[in-house]
Amino acid sequence: MKDVNAVEKKNAASRRRFGFSRQSLCIPYGVFLLFFVLFPLLLVAYYAFTSADGTFTFANFADFFADKTKVSTLLISIIVCILVTALCLVIAYPVAYILAKMKKSVAFIFLMLFITPMWINFVLRAMAMKELLSLIGIPLGNFANIIGLVYDFLPFMVLPLYSTLIKMDKSLAEAAADLGAGKVKVFTSITLPLSMPGVISGAMMVFLPVMSCYVITDTFSGATGFSVVGKLISWCFLGENGTLSNINGGATIALVLLVIMFLTMWLTGGFKDEDGARGTNL
Amino acid sequence: MKKFLSFLYIALILAFIYIPIIILVVYSFNKGKTIGIWEGFSLKWYEKLTDIKNVLFNTITLAVVSSLIATVLGTLGAIGIFYNKKKTGKFIKGLSQIPIVNSEVVTACALVLLFIIFRLPHRHIVWLYIGHIILTTPFVVLSVMPKLKQMDGSLYEAALDLGATPTQALFKVVLPEIMPGVFSGFMLAITLSLDDYIVTATLSPLDFDTVSTAVYKAIALTTETASQRVPTYRALTTIIFLLTVAIVVIINVKPNKRRKANENR
Repeated sequence: MKDVNAVEKKNAASRRRFGFSRQSLCIPYGVFLLFFVLFPLLLVAYYAFTSADGTFTFANFADFFADKTKVSTLLISIIVCILVTALCLVIAYPVAYILAKMKKSVAFIFLMLFITPMWINFVLRAMAMKELLSLIGIPLGNFANIIGLVYDFLPFMVLPLYSTLIKMDKSLAEAAADLGAGKVKVFTSITLPLSMPGVISGAMMVFLPVMSCYVITDTFSGATGFSVVGKLISWCFLGENGTLSNINGGATIALVLLVIMFLTMWLTGGFKDEDGARGTNL
Repeated sequence: MKKFLSFLYIALILAFIYIPIIILVVYSFNKGKTIGIWEGFSLKWYEKLTDIKNVLFNTITLAVVSSLIATVLGTLGAIGIFYNKKKTGKFIKGLSQIPIVNSEVVTACALVLLFIIFRLPHRHIVWLYIGHIILTTPFVVLSVMPKLKQMDGSLYEAALDLGATPTQALFKVVLPEIMPGVFSGFMLAITLSLDDYIVTATLSPLDFDTVSTAVYKAIALTTETASQRVPTYRALTTIIFLLTVAIVVIINVKPNKRRKANENR
């Protein structure tokens, strides 16, 4: 009897020890995140509100909003993001819808066809599109920019839409049809509202990255096309040849971008980890 | 008719995605430099890949090493977060979301500020690795987490009762259970690292090029020497494309069969 007690005590002790050691496993990652993610973001805020000599000021923001080219780049970025997201959505939704109605084994093959290009380096994909455009004679500029952005981000939209549509309870749509709803009505009042989570997570995967994706706009804009706000930030930090030219100004724009990001997150209800990116949970 | 239209639509979008890549693949075997002018079959651009072997080596080393570190850090982190039911776990999980939703430019430039404030040399290979680990670790956590949730909690209780030490239980019971998640996290980390441009361009030493930055110099900055390399990058794209297709086919032949079996049941 005493023996059993001793064993149980030992087990409880080791369980406690084990419990503790299991929990402490997140310490390295936690410290890493605090030091390399949270602290630098606080630094962004600090630099945005200080001048080059370290005194508190709002001048950086005043400078930013007084600079017409910077403000217009920001506004154009937002408009372009909305446009590209909408285009990707309009193109990808029917794809996901058709795939969701297919036999699963066939749909899987098509899905693979859609996401395979994501594993090719995106700069190389941009190069492929640029060469095609020059081959068929579309000049660099705003239009080419939009094509380049849609081309790059389209695959990211298909997957979240498909995974929401496939999980949807099909009996609801059938019930609506049985109750006399027309095809359009079934789509607008059943399918579309139910697929909103997929729409939102797909849009998030396009909207925010487009803001900072200056590689594409640098490639396709030529001399006349627009640029995105990410370019402004990298200009301040990289300048022409890798020098730090205007840290405080750059931090200011970065803070504006952070605020936009948090606003989008707040408006859309945030990022859901189960949606996954790039077919994590395929 | 409806079926035909659906099929046509899918085919059209697939054409939009694949035509640029296929043209690139075809012209990578072209003797000449310009796309659209066929001058005869040649493998010379593939031979020229040796010119960029430095770039390839940099890219692959960076991806593999940073992903390995990210996988260890992220797996431990996920286990820790999972068993920390209280605030700490939630807090770390929340922090872990930041690099996922934050734009890469902001992540990279925030890091630059960190090095400035500690007066560390800006642009150093170590910062580049740290930057990539920041980018990829959250995705490792994301792919390990579901496996922890699926795991039978009583398994390592059993291991402990049978006399295993906590470390043994962790390595012999927990780790094998979550291994598929760890592996897919590692693969995801590699693809993200290979695909990154912004963090690399902001943090790497100036003479350090990965595929992304090297190709960027060729197609966006179009400097004379960099543009000379464009046909070589076509050959590189072809190789990456064929490798990807091969990997996708190999990985999916098995599950696809299983899926079919499930459907027939």
